[in-house]
Amino acid sequence: MNTAEFTAVVWFGSLLAGFLGALTGLGGGVVIVPLLTLVFHVDLKYAIGAALVSVIATSSGAAAAYVREGYSNVRVGMFLEIATTIGALAGAGLALYLKANVIAIIFGLVLIYSAYTSIRPQPHDTIQQKPDRLATWLRMDSTYPTEHGLESYHVSGIPLGFALMFVAGVLSGLLGIGSGAVKVLAMDKAMKLPFKVSTTTSNFMIGVTAAASAGIYLSRGYIDPGLAMPVMIGVLMGSLTGARVLANANVRVLRIVFSSVIGALALEMIYSGITGRI
Amino acid sequence: MTDAQTNDAPADLLKADQKMDAIMGILLRTGVITAASIVLVGGILFLTRHKTPVTDYHVFSGEPSDLRTISGIFADVKAFHARGLIQLGLLVLIATPVARVVFSLFAFLYQKDWKYVAFTAIVLGLLLYSLFGGAGA
Repeated sequence: MNTAEFTAVVWFGSLLAGFLGALTGLGGGVVIVPLLTLVFHVDLKYAIGAALVSVIATSSGAAAAYVREGYSNVRVGMFLEIATTIGALAGAGLALYLKANVIAIIFGLVLIYSAYTSIRPQPHDTIQQKPDRLATWLRMDSTYPTEHGLESYHVSGIPLGFALMFVAGVLSGLLGIGSGAVKVLAMDKAMKLPFKVSTTTSNFMIGVTAAASAGIYLSRGYIDPGLAMPVMIGVLMGSLTGARVLANANVRVLRIVFSSVIGALALEMIYSGITGRI
Repeated sequence: MTDAQTNDAPADLLKADQKMDAIMGILLRTGVITAASIVLVGGILFLTRHKTPVTDYHVFSGEPSDLRTISGIFADVKAFHARGLIQLGLLVLIATPVARVVFSLFAFLYQKDWKYVAFTAIVLGLLLYSLFGGAGA
Protein backbone atom coordinates (compact mmCIF):
# COMPACT_ATOMS: atom_id res chain seq x y z
CA MET A 1 0.00 0.00 0.00
CA ASN A 2 1.38 3.42 -0.88
CA THR A 3 0.76 6.62 1.08
CA ALA A 4 -2.20 7.76 -1.04
CA GLU A 5 -3.98 4.39 -0.72
CA PHE A 6 -3.36 4.18 3.01
CA THR A 7 -4.64 7.74 3.48
CA ALA A 8 -7.78 6.99 1.45
CA VAL A 9 -8.55 3.81 3.41
CA VAL A 10 -7.98 5.50 6.79
CA TRP A 11 -10.09 8.46 5.66
CA PHE A 12 -12.96 6.16 4.72
CA GLY A 13 -12.70 4.22 7.96
CA SER A 14 -12.71 7.48 9.91
CA LEU A 15 -15.74 8.65 7.97
CA LEU A 16 -17.61 5.53 9.13
CA ALA A 17 -16.30 5.97 12.69
CA GLY A 18 -17.51 9.58 12.77
CA PHE A 19 -20.89 8.54 11.39
CA LEU A 20 -21.22 5.75 13.98
CA GLY A 21 -20.04 8.04 16.74
CA ALA A 22 -22.66 10.67 15.90
CA LEU A 23 -25.52 8.17 15.59
CA THR A 24 -24.74 6.44 18.87
CA GLY A 25 -23.91 9.73 20.56
CA LEU A 26 -20.54 8.31 21.64
CA GLY A 27 -18.38 10.59 19.52
CA GLY A 28 -15.86 9.57 16.87
CA GLY A 29 -12.92 9.11 19.23
CA VAL A 30 -14.10 5.93 20.89
CA VAL A 31 -14.60 4.24 17.52
CA ILE A 32 -11.43 5.49 15.86
CA VAL A 33 -8.98 4.02 18.39
CA PRO A 34 -10.15 0.38 18.01
CA LEU A 35 -10.41 0.89 14.24
CA LEU A 36 -6.81 2.12 13.93
CA THR A 37 -5.30 -0.39 16.35
CA LEU A 38 -7.29 -3.53 15.51
CA VAL A 39 -7.87 -3.06 11.77
CA PHE A 40 -4.88 -0.99 10.64
CA HIS A 41 -2.46 -2.25 13.33
CA VAL A 42 -1.43 1.29 14.19
CA ASP A 43 0.49 1.69 17.45
CA LEU A 44 -1.82 2.69 20.32
CA LYS A 45 0.05 5.97 20.93
CA TYR A 46 -0.42 7.20 17.34
CA ALA A 47 -4.04 6.05 17.44
CA ILE A 48 -4.74 7.95 20.66
CA GLY A 49 -3.04 11.08 19.29
CA ALA A 50 -5.10 11.04 16.09
CA ALA A 51 -8.33 10.27 17.98
CA LEU A 52 -7.81 13.13 20.42
CA VAL A 53 -7.46 15.61 17.55
CA SER A 54 -10.64 14.35 15.89
CA VAL A 55 -12.47 14.61 19.22
CA ILE A 56 -11.66 18.33 19.41
CA ALA A 57 -12.93 18.83 15.85
CA THR A 58 -16.27 17.08 16.27
CA SER A 59 -17.07 18.43 19.73
CA SER A 60 -16.26 22.03 18.80
CA GLY A 61 -18.27 21.73 15.58
CA ALA A 62 -21.32 20.36 17.40
CA ALA A 63 -20.94 22.65 20.42
CA ALA A 64 -21.12 25.68 18.12
CA ALA A 65 -24.73 24.79 17.29
CA TYR A 66 -25.85 23.67 20.76
CA VAL A 67 -24.45 26.73 22.52
CA ARG A 68 -26.30 29.09 20.19
CA GLU A 69 -29.55 27.18 20.62
CA GLY A 70 -29.30 27.66 24.39
CA TYR A 71 -29.08 24.02 25.47
CA SER A 72 -25.61 24.00 27.00
CA ASN A 73 -25.22 25.38 30.51
CA VAL A 74 -22.04 27.42 30.05
CA ARG A 75 -21.57 28.12 33.79
CA VAL A 76 -21.87 24.45 34.75
CA GLY A 77 -19.49 23.57 31.91
CA MET A 78 -16.96 26.24 32.83
CA PHE A 79 -16.90 25.27 36.50
CA LEU A 80 -16.58 21.54 35.83
CA GLU A 81 -13.83 22.12 33.27
CA ILE A 82 -11.55 22.80 36.24
CA ALA A 83 -12.02 19.13 37.19
CA THR A 84 -11.75 17.74 33.65
CA THR A 85 -8.60 19.71 32.71
CA ILE A 86 -6.79 18.71 35.92
CA GLY A 87 -7.94 15.14 35.25
CA ALA A 88 -6.80 15.29 31.62
CA LEU A 89 -3.30 16.46 32.61
CA ALA A 90 -3.15 13.66 35.19
CA GLY A 91 -4.39 11.12 32.63
CA ALA A 92 -1.82 12.18 30.02
CA GLY A 93 0.83 11.85 32.74
CA LEU A 94 -0.46 8.43 33.77
CA ALA A 95 -0.24 7.25 30.14
CA LEU A 96 3.57 7.36 30.47
CA TYR A 97 3.57 4.82 33.27
CA LEU A 98 0.99 2.32 32.02
CA LYS A 99 1.79 -0.38 29.50
CA ALA A 100 -0.05 -0.28 26.16
CA ASN A 101 -1.95 -3.49 26.88
CA VAL A 102 -3.23 -2.14 30.23
CA ILE A 103 -4.43 1.01 28.46
CA ALA A 104 -6.14 -1.18 25.86
CA ILE A 105 -8.00 -3.11 28.57
CA ILE A 106 -9.14 0.11 30.29
CA PHE A 107 -10.20 1.41 26.89
CA GLY A 108 -12.29 -1.70 26.24
CA LEU A 109 -14.06 -1.41 29.59
CA VAL A 110 -14.88 2.28 29.05
CA LEU A 111 -16.10 1.41 25.56
CA ILE A 112 -18.48 -1.25 26.88
CA TYR A 113 -19.88 1.17 29.44
CA SER A 114 -20.29 3.85 26.75
CA ALA A 115 -22.05 1.44 24.37
CA TYR A 116 -24.40 0.43 27.19
CA THR A 117 -25.33 4.03 28.01
CA SER A 118 -26.14 4.75 24.37
CA ILE A 119 -28.86 2.09 24.21
CA ARG A 120 -30.28 2.73 27.68
CA PRO A 121 -33.64 4.52 27.49
CA GLN A 122 -33.14 8.22 28.08
CA PRO A 123 -35.31 10.30 30.37
CA HIS A 124 -36.58 13.54 28.86
CA ASP A 125 -38.41 15.29 31.66
CA THR A 126 -37.09 18.09 33.79
CA ILE A 127 -36.74 16.85 37.35
CA GLN A 128 -38.33 19.38 39.66
CA GLN A 129 -36.18 19.82 42.74
CA LYS A 130 -35.44 22.37 45.40
CA PRO A 131 -32.73 25.00 44.89
CA ASP A 132 -29.33 23.86 46.16
CA ARG A 133 -27.27 26.37 48.18
CA LEU A 134 -23.98 25.76 46.39
CA ALA A 135 -25.64 25.81 42.97
CA THR A 136 -27.39 29.08 43.80
CA TRP A 137 -24.12 30.61 44.97
CA LEU A 138 -22.51 29.48 41.71
CA ARG A 139 -25.49 30.82 39.72
CA MET A 140 -25.85 27.50 37.87
CA ASP A 141 -29.65 27.29 37.77
CA SER A 142 -30.83 28.08 34.27
CA THR A 143 -33.39 27.40 31.56
CA TYR A 144 -33.42 25.37 28.36
CA PRO A 145 -35.71 25.17 25.34
CA THR A 146 -38.32 22.37 25.32
CA GLU A 147 -41.48 21.64 23.34
CA HIS A 148 -43.40 23.72 25.90
CA GLY A 149 -41.07 26.70 25.67
CA LEU A 150 -38.24 27.59 28.05
CA GLU A 151 -38.17 25.44 31.17
CA SER A 152 -36.16 26.34 34.23
CA TYR A 153 -34.25 23.78 36.28
CA HIS A 154 -32.18 23.61 39.45
CA VAL A 155 -28.75 22.03 39.76
CA SER A 156 -27.60 19.92 42.73
CA GLY A 157 -24.98 17.34 43.71
CA ILE A 158 -22.05 19.51 42.67
CA PRO A 159 -19.30 17.81 44.78
CA LEU A 160 -20.08 14.34 43.37
CA GLY A 161 -20.42 15.76 39.86
CA PHE A 162 -17.04 17.47 40.22
CA ALA A 163 -15.39 14.22 41.37
CA LEU A 164 -16.88 12.26 38.47
CA MET A 165 -15.69 14.96 36.07
CA PHE A 166 -12.15 14.48 37.34
CA VAL A 167 -12.46 10.77 36.45
CA ALA A 168 -13.82 11.72 33.02
CA GLY A 169 -10.80 13.97 32.52
CA VAL A 170 -8.33 11.23 33.52
CA LEU A 171 -9.94 8.79 31.06
CA SER A 172 -9.90 11.44 28.33
CA GLY A 173 -6.21 12.19 28.83
CA LEU A 174 -5.29 8.51 29.13
CA LEU A 175 -7.34 7.16 26.23
CA GLY A 176 -7.63 10.09 23.80
CA ILE A 177 -11.41 10.10 23.94
CA GLY A 178 -13.99 12.73 24.90
CA SER A 179 -15.37 10.64 27.83
CA GLY A 180 -18.84 11.89 26.94
CA ALA A 181 -20.52 8.93 28.67
CA VAL A 182 -18.88 9.68 32.04
CA LYS A 183 -19.52 13.41 31.69
CA VAL A 184 -23.21 12.77 31.04
CA LEU A 185 -23.28 10.41 34.04
CA ALA A 186 -21.91 13.19 36.23
CA MET A 187 -24.40 15.82 35.09
CA ASP A 188 -27.49 13.70 34.45
CA LYS A 189 -27.29 11.36 37.45
CA ALA A 190 -25.22 13.22 40.04
CA MET A 191 -26.21 16.82 39.35
CA LYS A 192 -29.75 16.11 38.08
CA LEU A 193 -29.52 18.32 35.02
CA PRO A 194 -32.09 17.71 32.26
CA PHE A 195 -30.79 15.02 29.91
CA LYS A 196 -30.55 17.27 26.86
CA VAL A 197 -28.64 19.87 28.89
CA SER A 198 -26.28 17.15 30.16
CA THR A 199 -25.42 15.82 26.71
CA THR A 200 -24.93 19.24 25.12
CA THR A 201 -22.92 20.63 28.05
CA SER A 202 -20.80 17.48 27.95
CA ASN A 203 -20.14 18.15 24.28
CA PHE A 204 -19.26 21.75 25.09
CA MET A 205 -16.68 20.60 27.66
CA ILE A 206 -15.10 17.85 25.56
CA GLY A 207 -13.07 20.24 23.38
CA VAL A 208 -11.42 21.93 26.36
CA THR A 209 -10.76 18.61 28.12
CA ALA A 210 -9.16 17.18 24.97
CA ALA A 211 -7.13 20.34 24.34
CA ALA A 212 -5.65 20.01 27.84
CA SER A 213 -3.98 16.71 26.98
CA ALA A 214 -3.42 17.46 23.27
CA GLY A 215 -0.57 19.89 24.02
CA ILE A 216 1.21 17.17 26.00
CA TYR A 217 0.57 14.55 23.30
CA LEU A 218 1.94 16.89 20.64
CA SER A 219 5.16 17.43 22.58
CA ARG A 220 5.54 13.68 23.09
CA GLY A 221 5.30 13.07 19.35
CA TYR A 222 2.01 11.12 19.48
CA ILE A 223 0.34 13.32 16.87
CA ASP A 224 1.46 12.30 13.38
CA PRO A 225 0.30 14.65 10.61
CA GLY A 226 0.13 11.93 7.95
CA LEU A 227 -2.22 9.87 10.11
CA ALA A 228 -4.13 12.63 11.90
CA MET A 229 -4.98 14.35 8.60
CA PRO A 230 -7.29 11.66 7.11
CA VAL A 231 -8.62 10.80 10.58
CA MET A 232 -9.62 14.37 11.43
CA ILE A 233 -11.17 15.13 8.03
CA GLY A 234 -12.94 11.76 7.90
CA VAL A 235 -14.37 11.87 11.43
CA LEU A 236 -15.51 15.47 10.98
CA MET A 237 -17.33 14.69 7.71
CA GLY A 238 -18.79 11.48 9.11
CA SER A 239 -20.11 13.10 12.25
CA LEU A 240 -21.69 15.99 10.33
CA THR A 241 -23.47 13.46 8.12
CA GLY A 242 -24.46 11.40 11.15
CA ALA A 243 -25.90 14.43 12.92
CA ARG A 244 -28.03 15.17 9.85
CA VAL A 245 -29.34 11.59 9.71
CA LEU A 246 -29.98 11.71 13.45
CA ALA A 247 -32.23 14.74 13.04
CA ASN A 248 -34.38 13.05 10.41
CA ALA A 249 -34.70 9.42 11.43
CA ASN A 250 -35.79 7.21 14.27
CA VAL A 251 -32.47 5.66 15.10
CA ARG A 252 -33.33 3.41 18.04
CA VAL A 253 -32.76 0.21 16.01
CA LEU A 254 -29.61 1.61 14.36
CA ARG A 255 -28.31 2.56 17.79
CA ILE A 256 -28.75 -0.98 19.10
CA VAL A 257 -27.04 -2.50 16.06
CA PHE A 258 -24.14 -0.06 16.15
CA SER A 259 -23.73 -0.27 19.91
CA SER A 260 -23.42 -4.05 19.54
CA VAL A 261 -20.67 -3.51 16.97
CA ILE A 262 -18.91 -1.16 19.38
CA GLY A 263 -19.37 -3.70 22.20
CA ALA A 264 -17.70 -6.35 20.02
CA LEU A 265 -14.81 -3.98 19.25
CA ALA A 266 -14.46 -3.40 23.00
CA LEU A 267 -14.21 -7.13 23.72
CA GLU A 268 -11.61 -7.47 20.95
CA MET A 269 -9.64 -4.59 22.52
CA ILE A 270 -9.72 -6.27 25.94
CA TYR A 271 -8.75 -9.64 24.44
CA SER A 272 -5.85 -8.05 22.53
CA GLY A 273 -4.77 -6.34 25.73
CA ILE A 274 -4.83 -9.53 27.80
CA THR A 275 -2.96 -11.55 25.19
CA GLY A 276 -0.49 -8.69 24.79
CA ARG A 277 -1.08 -8.18 21.07
CA ILE A 278 -1.53 -4.43 21.55
CA MET B 1 -41.93 28.93 35.44
CA THR B 2 -41.33 32.51 34.35
CA ASP B 3 -41.29 33.67 37.96
CA ALA B 4 -38.59 31.22 38.90
CA GLN B 5 -36.62 32.34 35.90
CA THR B 6 -36.66 36.02 36.79
CA ASN B 7 -35.84 35.22 40.41
CA ASP B 8 -32.87 33.11 39.46
CA ALA B 9 -31.32 35.38 36.86
CA PRO B 10 -31.98 39.05 36.17
CA ALA B 11 -33.13 39.73 32.61
CA ASP B 12 -30.03 41.70 31.59
CA LEU B 13 -27.76 38.94 32.86
CA LEU B 14 -29.72 36.38 30.84
CA LYS B 15 -29.42 38.59 27.77
CA ALA B 16 -25.67 39.00 28.27
CA ASP B 17 -25.40 35.22 28.59
CA GLN B 18 -27.28 34.68 25.32
CA LYS B 19 -25.05 37.16 23.51
CA MET B 20 -21.99 35.41 24.91
CA ASP B 21 -23.35 32.05 23.73
CA ALA B 22 -23.90 33.37 20.20
CA ILE B 23 -20.37 34.76 19.86
CA MET B 24 -18.94 31.57 21.33
CA GLY B 25 -20.77 29.53 18.69
CA ILE B 26 -19.30 31.62 15.87
CA LEU B 27 -15.83 31.42 17.41
CA LEU B 28 -15.92 27.61 17.64
CA ARG B 29 -17.25 27.18 14.13
CA THR B 30 -14.66 29.54 12.62
CA GLY B 31 -11.86 27.73 14.44
CA VAL B 32 -12.90 24.29 13.20
CA ILE B 33 -13.41 25.45 9.60
CA THR B 34 -10.04 27.25 9.54
CA ALA B 35 -8.25 24.23 11.03
CA ALA B 36 -9.90 21.76 8.64
CA SER B 37 -9.03 23.96 5.63
CA ILE B 38 -5.35 24.21 6.59
CA VAL B 39 -5.18 20.44 7.24
CA LEU B 40 -6.83 19.80 3.86
CA VAL B 41 -4.38 22.04 1.95
CA GLY B 42 -1.46 20.47 3.83
CA GLY B 43 -2.90 17.03 3.13
CA ILE B 44 -3.17 17.59 -0.61
CA LEU B 45 0.38 18.90 -0.69
CA PHE B 46 1.51 15.91 1.39
CA LEU B 47 -0.12 13.39 -0.95
CA THR B 48 1.22 15.00 -4.14
CA ARG B 49 4.75 14.98 -2.73
CA HIS B 50 4.88 11.65 -0.93
CA LYS B 51 4.48 8.82 -3.39
CA THR B 52 6.69 6.63 -1.22
CA PRO B 53 5.53 3.50 0.62
CA VAL B 54 3.40 4.25 3.64
CA THR B 55 4.98 5.20 6.95
CA ASP B 56 5.06 2.29 9.38
CA TYR B 57 2.66 3.18 12.17
CA HIS B 58 2.84 -0.28 13.68
CA VAL B 59 5.85 0.63 15.77
CA PHE B 60 5.89 3.89 17.70
CA SER B 61 8.97 5.96 17.00
CA GLY B 62 7.60 9.42 17.84
CA GLU B 63 7.53 12.48 15.65
CA PRO B 64 10.70 14.39 14.71
CA SER B 65 11.34 17.32 17.04
CA ASP B 66 10.18 19.99 14.54
CA LEU B 67 6.66 18.51 14.54
CA ARG B 68 6.47 18.39 18.32
CA THR B 69 6.92 22.06 19.18
CA ILE B 70 5.06 25.22 18.28
CA SER B 71 8.24 26.99 17.11
CA GLY B 72 9.27 23.94 15.07
CA ILE B 73 5.86 23.80 13.35
CA PHE B 74 6.07 27.49 12.40
CA ALA B 75 9.56 26.99 10.98
CA ASP B 76 8.23 24.09 8.88
CA VAL B 77 5.33 26.17 7.62
CA LYS B 78 7.70 28.95 6.53
CA ALA B 79 9.65 26.35 4.55
CA PHE B 80 6.29 25.18 3.09
CA HIS B 81 6.66 21.62 4.35
CA ALA B 82 3.45 19.63 3.90
CA ARG B 83 3.63 17.82 7.24
CA GLY B 84 4.32 21.09 9.02
CA LEU B 85 1.30 22.66 7.36
CA ILE B 86 -0.98 19.82 8.52
CA GLN B 87 0.47 20.16 12.00
CA LEU B 88 -0.31 23.90 11.92
CA GLY B 89 -3.94 23.07 11.13
CA LEU B 90 -4.02 20.68 14.09
CA LEU B 91 -2.48 23.39 16.26
CA VAL B 92 -5.25 25.81 15.19
CA LEU B 93 -7.74 23.08 16.12
CA ILE B 94 -6.20 22.61 19.58
CA ALA B 95 -6.18 26.41 20.00
CA THR B 96 -9.91 26.68 19.21
CA PRO B 97 -11.23 25.54 22.62
CA VAL B 98 -8.45 27.58 24.25
CA ALA B 99 -9.67 30.68 22.37
CA ARG B 100 -13.17 29.89 23.58
CA VAL B 101 -11.92 29.90 27.19
CA VAL B 102 -10.10 33.22 26.62
CA PHE B 103 -13.33 34.66 25.25
CA SER B 104 -15.29 33.35 28.27
CA LEU B 105 -12.77 35.03 30.57
CA PHE B 106 -13.44 38.43 28.94
CA ALA B 107 -17.19 37.82 28.90
CA PHE B 108 -17.23 37.05 32.64
CA LEU B 109 -15.00 40.07 33.29
CA TYR B 110 -17.44 42.25 31.37
CA GLN B 111 -20.30 40.85 33.47
CA LYS B 112 -18.21 41.44 36.63
CA ASP B 113 -18.90 37.81 37.56
CA TRP B 114 -15.74 37.46 39.65
CA LYS B 115 -16.31 33.86 40.73
CA TYR B 116 -16.43 32.72 37.13
CA VAL B 117 -13.53 34.98 36.18
CA ALA B 118 -11.51 33.01 38.73
CA PHE B 119 -12.74 29.58 37.52
CA THR B 120 -12.06 30.47 33.89
CA ALA B 121 -8.59 31.79 34.73
CA ILE B 122 -7.74 28.47 36.42
CA VAL B 123 -8.86 26.48 33.35
CA LEU B 124 -6.95 28.81 31.03
CA GLY B 125 -3.83 28.49 33.15
CA LEU B 126 -4.00 24.68 32.95
CA LEU B 127 -4.52 24.77 29.18
CA LEU B 128 -1.61 27.16 28.61
CA TYR B 129 0.58 25.04 30.86
CA SER B 130 -0.18 22.00 28.69
CA LEU B 131 0.32 23.85 25.43
CA PHE B 132 3.43 25.86 26.31
CA GLY B 133 4.84 23.75 29.12
CA GLY B 134 4.67 20.67 26.92
CA ALA B 135 4.79 21.73 23.28
CA GLY B 136 6.19 25.22 23.75
CA ALA B 137 9.69 24.15 24.71
